[in-house]
Amino acid sequence: MSWIDLGAIDDVPERGARIVRTRAGCVALFRTGPEEVFAASNTCPHKGGPLSEGIVHGRKVTCPLHNWVFDLETGEAEGADDGRIATYPVRLEGGRILIDGDALAVGRAA
Amino acid sequence: MTRNLVVIGAGMASGRALEHLTDTAPDDWSITLFNAEPRGNYNRIMLSPVLSGEKSYAEIVTHDDGWYEERGIACRFGEKVQRIDRDRKVVVGEHGEVPYDKLILATGSSPFIIPCPGHDLPGVIAYRDLDDTNAMIEASGMQGAKAVVIGGGLLGLEAAAGLRLRGMEVTVLHLAGHLMERQLDEAAGYLLQKDLESRGITVRTGASTKEIVGEDRVEAVRLEDGTELPADLVVMAVGIRPAVQLAKESGLATGKGIHVDDAMITSDEDILAVGECIEHRGAIFGLVAPLYDQAKVAAQTLIGEAAEFRQKQLSTKLKVTGVDLFSAGDFADGEGREDIVYRDPARGVYKRLVIEDDRLIGAVMYGDTADGNWFFGLIKDGEDVSEMRETLIFGPAYQGGGATADPLAAVAALPADAEICGCNGVCKGRIVEAIEGGATSLADVKATTKASASCGTCTGLVEQVLAATLGDDFAMPTAQPICGCTELTHEDVRRLIKARELKSQPAVWQELGWSTPNGCHVCRPAVNFYLLADWPLEYADDPQSRFVNERKHANIQKDGTFSVVPRMWGGITTPQELRAIADAAEKYDVPTVKVTGGQRIDLLGVKGEDLPKIWGDLNAAGLVSGHAYSKGLRTVKTCVGTDHCRFGTQDSTGLGVKLEKRLWGSWTPHKVKMAVSGCPRNCAEATCKDVGIVCVDSGFEIGVGGAAGMDVKEVEPLVKVATEDEAIEWTVAFVQLYREHGKYLDRPYKWLAKVGLPWVQETLGDAETRAALVARFDLSQSVYQKDPWAEHATPEAERTFAPLADLTLEAAE
Ligand SMILES: Cc1cc2nc3c(=O)[nH]c(=O)nc-3n(C[C@H](O)[C@H](O)[C@H](O)COP(=O)(O)OP(=O)(O)OC[C@H]3O[C@@H](n4cnc5c(N)ncnc54)[C@H](O)[C@@H]3O)c2cc1C
Ligand code: FES
Repeated sequence: MSWIDLGAIDDVPERGARIVRTRAGCVALFRTGPEEVFAASNTCPHKGGPLSEGIVHGRKVTCPLHNWVFDLETGEAEGADDGRIATYPVRLEGGRILIDGDALAVGRAA
Repeated sequence: MTRNLVVIGAGMASGRALEHLTDTAPDDWSITLFNAEPRGNYNRIMLSPVLSGEKSYAEIVTHDDGWYEERGIACRFGEKVQRIDRDRKVVVGEHGEVPYDKLILATGSSPFIIPCPGHDLPGVIAYRDLDDTNAMIEASGMQGAKAVVIGGGLLGLEAAAGLRLRGMEVTVLHLAGHLMERQLDEAAGYLLQKDLESRGITVRTGASTKEIVGEDRVEAVRLEDGTELPADLVVMAVGIRPAVQLAKESGLATGKGIHVDDAMITSDEDILAVGECIEHRGAIFGLVAPLYDQAKVAAQTLIGEAAEFRQKQLSTKLKVTGVDLFSAGDFADGEGREDIVYRDPARGVYKRLVIEDDRLIGAVMYGDTADGNWFFGLIKDGEDVSEMRETLIFGPAYQGGGATADPLAAVAALPADAEICGCNGVCKGRIVEAIEGGATSLADVKATTKASASCGTCTGLVEQVLAATLGDDFAMPTAQPICGCTELTHEDVRRLIKARELKSQPAVWQELGWSTPNGCHVCRPAVNFYLLADWPLEYADDPQSRFVNERKHANIQKDGTFSVVPRMWGGITTPQELRAIADAAEKYDVPTVKVTGGQRIDLLGVKGEDLPKIWGDLNAAGLVSGHAYSKGLRTVKTCVGTDHCRFGTQDSTGLGVKLEKRLWGSWTPHKVKMAVSGCPRNCAEATCKDVGIVCVDSGFEIGVGGAAGMDVKEVEPLVKVATEDEAIEWTVAFVQLYREHGKYLDRPYKWLAKVGLPWVQETLGDAETRAALVARFDLSQSVYQKDPWAEHATPEAERTFAPLADLTLEAAE
């Protein structure tokens, strides 16, 4: 794996998100706890809502447009809604957020 | 044949290693023990009870002079090792050299000192050894002395609790949003803070130290936000760093700590290292349990037995008498994790388990830690818990039997004097009395006590008091809870927030028994609103609990762009303003410019990252946010009134502008639209607004509860007043009453349908009540009436609106 440093964890508000621009499209970083960050596609499969603008709760995010709820660990939509967002491995090291560059590259190819 | 063993550092790790070595191979080694501290090994973790006065130093000594003597250990205490000469295999102490065949490094770690100005003033100390402890005890002897402890982790809090017990005035400063954030989640952090505060310790979270102030010794601590806290003693407990200097200077491989292999051997095969000074497979250590394992492995290695050190899960307990807190395992990120949360607000209990792949991997407990070791055992053994998942959180006693948390606990826990019905001032005790006197239904209680007879928002609570008191004899009507996180309705939560003085979201989650760690997209915005409406000064609005529009201060459009609407007071504008709007529209390529129904101009299609810039430009022309996105005052629509219209009876534009200037920026349960028409011809369409004022010759007719959305409704007459001042007073009081009682996302007409117009008229009809409502509104405005554009049109805000990183650029290079 090739880990890419994206920035400091403290630049992402707790229970909030920031986006990262990649060749595969925007990836959102969700900070679900003091020391916990998930990375997933920023684009809702329903009608393209920007997930980084949604409310982050537990390890989930709710799309700001029509309230689909996604599990950030699996990327699956919850309940009756049918859809999935791509997720990417991230790692925390010394207060920095690192993302797996290889997984991003695969995301682009797919 | 005896060989020479030199040990550097007489701490907890080397102490244990020496025990193993002298027990199993008493005659093989001739041992020299150096220690920089002028004493032998003591139980460092028990310094906290020494500080608090619960133990004496003598009680925590683990190896006394006799122990070393019996084993023939040459003690060089109070002597710091200067150098290791690996070529000659000698250790150089302050008072001479000692040759070694084998050497153990056990130098522990050094406290990290924030290098802020003033960190070296006398009176600033760390918390690591007996001398630090004695210095704290001495400082606490001064009458009325004040201590500031920097760092709200394990050490800092133990120091704070100890100093407080010794009578000092103690403030804890903690950078993160809640205490012990490495071991605890927010809810447990909240309980801990509450516990510490009840012991008289002041806790400031989110506090960043800027400098320590003082002439010859410390006098105060200054924070980044400018606050200055007087201090006679400052304890820095912000973390530790492995003490690697000696090893590094001797040319041993080091990283964060001294590198060792599984047998505790460093990069030099004759030198071993144990304790907090080492780095093993990338990890460093800060608790004694793994050090003891390392000590044993090191002893075995020296004896010639094959042994390997394995890292294990760790658990933490805070050693503050009366505080029950336990945390174990792992809460960091990973795939496929699930939480189980249990809260018993009545007992102040919180438990959270983290499960991954049917195995328990983490546990946090507060208030009741009796099952801590059982959970820790499950974590260590990696046992499959899928069979007992349903009842796991209730601990070992429940395995096999079923039990669920009592949803009525929150109400049952209320004291007798807790107010249930605010309108009629009825407390819980009075209702219980009525029930004991024979009342069995809501109607009975209403008839005997008047509870829930007025605005009715406490109905759910009264029913729960009935249920809690009568048990199975009372069938609860099914009320809609806010969401899946709680059994309580909006009305219950509002009432309980007031009655129990809950002033933070973690307080609500904990005290009202939320079943999720931090709510969801349904309850978080509601609870955030209730808290800020009820406690404007104490509670700080949480942007992460707002829908995107209110967080970004702009309406998100379906393509992810935003719309920007400047305020036009009462619909009045100027050529300069219009020019500034036109310039901004051109500069930021705004695709659509539209005149809205609220008499202002909407710029649609602005990119998220341009928002702070366009706001800055509009701000410079004197324009402020129109809050076209908020659950708050939107617009006050007006017609031209006496200024220009031949039918006008009053200055309707003037009144509209005054109302808008008074009310803008306030948060309400849902959006609020107003209008003022200058005559009954009603050109401003005031009769379908949330509050609509129609001017007539003799004064002002105020109507409320109109709607022109999915429902269309005409306003109902609230009151007719003679003067403009009265019209403003009534309008403000009405809005405040709605803020204090309305359910989140109920427009005023929906709220009125529940409470009834007569109750509102009666309440507002009382001059004193009306004045009090206005005063509370103005207090809230002192906090919330600020232009979000001005606040966010800053370089820092601009940064947070932009992507955190742009990998498309890097990849292109
Ligand atoms: C107040 C307090 C409370 C704690 N509470 C807990 C707890 O509840 N649970 C828990 O698991 N852990 C707790 N800890 C942590 C625990 O005490 C440490 O993990 C443990 O003491 C580390 O042992 P060690 O042998 O590596 O280092 P130490 O015990 O620090 O010993 C190192 C020794 O080496 C000496 N030394 C360093 N350099 C030299 C040199 N060049 N020459 C000679 N001597 C040198 C030092 O003077 C020191 O005496 C607590 C720590 C403190 C300070
Ligand atoms: S676009 Fe996300 S829920 Fe509709």
